[in-house]
Amino acid sequence: MLQELLLPTSLVGGLGLIFGIGLAYASKKFEVKADERVAAVREVLPGANCGACGFTGCDGFAEGVVNGKCKVNGCPVGGDTVAKAISEILGVEAEAVVAKAARVMCGGTCTSCKTKFDYSGIEDCVAASSLFGGPSACTYGCVGLGTCVRACPFEAIQIVDGLAMVNAAKCKACEMCVASCPKKIIKMIPICNEYTVSCSSMDKGATVRKNCSVGCIGCGKCSKVCPKGAISVEGTLAKINPEICSNCGECIKVCPTNAIKRYKCSC
Amino acid sequence: MNNVILLAISAILVNNFVLSQFLGICPFLGVSKKIETALGMGGAVIFVMTISSCITRAIYDLFLYPYGLDYLNTIVFILIIASLVQFVETVLKKFIPSLYRSLGIYLPLITTNCAVLGAALLNIDKNYNVLYSTLYGLFSGVGFTLALVLFAGVREKLEYSDIPESLKGLPISLIAASLVSMAFLGFKGLFGI
Repeated sequence: MLQELLLPTSLVGGLGLIFGIGLAYASKKFEVKADERVAAVREVLPGANCGACGFTGCDGFAEGVVNGKCKVNGCPVGGDTVAKAISEILGVEAEAVVAKAARVMCGGTCTSCKTKFDYSGIEDCVAASSLFGGPSACTYGCVGLGTCVRACPFEAIQIVDGLAMVNAAKCKACEMCVASCPKKIIKMIPICNEYTVSCSSMDKGATVRKNCSVGCIGCGKCSKVCPKGAISVEGTLAKINPEICSNCGECIKVCPTNAIKRYKCSC
Repeated sequence: MNNVILLAISAILVNNFVLSQFLGICPFLGVSKKIETALGMGGAVIFVMTISSCITRAIYDLFLYPYGLDYLNTIVFILIIASLVQFVETVLKKFIPSLYRSLGIYLPLITTNCAVLGAALLNIDKNYNVLYSTLYGLFSGVGFTLALVLFAGVREKLEYSDIPESLKGLPISLIAASLVSMAFLGFKGLFGI
C-alpha cells in the first residue's frame, strides 16, 4: 500500500526535481547577457514595427543600433527626436534626418487617363496589373485599387478619383507603400521639395499624349527654364533632383501638360 | 534497413500525424499562413520530436515499465517534453543564436503540441526500441513539416482567390485542410502499411 503511493510520488517528484535543478543550472551556465542599452533604445522607438529601417521590427533595429550595424538616425518614422534620444543613450553624435514623405509619381485620375478595359477582378493593384499591365491605358501609372492604402500603417494614403494621394502630414516615411506598389511609382521625396514631376511614363511623347492628359511628354521646357539646372530629361521623362531644386516654381509655369505638381509645404 | 524505410514511409505519408491522425491541428492552422514560418515551425518540431521520442522511450524503459508505473506515461512525458523544450531553448540561445532567432518563437508553442506527446505515446503503444523510437520521432516530425508546408502553399494561393464572403478566413482553410487530408488518404494501404 505504502509502496504503491510512495513509488509514483517519488518518481514524478524526483524527475521534476532533477529537471528543475538541471534547468536552473542550465539557465545559469548558458546565460546570455543582454545589453541594457538595447532595451533602453527599444523604449524610445515609435514601436510601429513597420520595417522601414531595414530590420524586421523595432526590436531588430534597437539591437542593430547598439551593435553598430546602422546609424542612430536609421529610424525614418521617429525622425530627429528619436535619433537624439538614441544618441543620448549610446553617447554618440546624432546626424540630422532629412524628413521625407511618400509621393505618388503619377497624375492620372479617372478623367485624365484613359482606360484599356473594364476590370472587375480582385480589388488589388498587384492582381490587376498582372492582367495586361492593368486596366489603365498607361502601363506605368497608378492602378488605383488601393494596395498602398492597405499597406500604409498610418492611414496616410487615400484613393481619390482613381489615384492614390498621400497625406504628407500623416506620412511617416516608413516606405511600406513603396514596397507594395506593383508599378513602383511611389517615391520618397524630402517634404521641403514642393515640386514634383508626377508622371512615371517611359512611353514616347505622342503615346503619353494619347493615353493621358497630364503625362510628361519629355518636351524639356522645364529643364531649359530651371535656373538651378535641377531638372534632367531622361528619355521622355523629366526628373527634378530634390537636392538642387530651390522651390522657385518656374517649371510649373511652362509645363504644357501640367505634369509638374506642387505639394505645399510649411518649411 | 527495409524496416527503417517502411517506418519512414509510414510516418511521413501513410500515417501522417496531421493529415491522417489529426494530431497537432492547432499549429497546423496557426502557423501555416506562410511557407517560411511553416518551415520554421516544422524545423522546431522535427528537432524536439526526435529528442523527446528518444528520451521518453529511455525513461519508460528505465523507470516506468520496470516498476509497473505505465499509468503515469502521459504526465511524465509532458514533464519531460516541457523541460526538454526549455533546455533546448536555453542551449540554442547560447550556442546557435541564429537558429534560436528563427525557431525561437515556435519553441514554446511545441511544449504543448499534442503531436510531440502523441509520438512519445505511440512509441510505447507500438513497442519500438529506443533507436526505432528516435527514428519514428524524426520521421513523424518530417511528416508534420511536409503537411504544414504543403498546406501553407495552398493557403498562400487561397490569399489570391475569389472566396465567397462567408467562407473567408478560417472556414475556407478548414475546407482546404480536409481536401489535403483526403489526398493523403490515397496513401492508405501503400506497401501494406
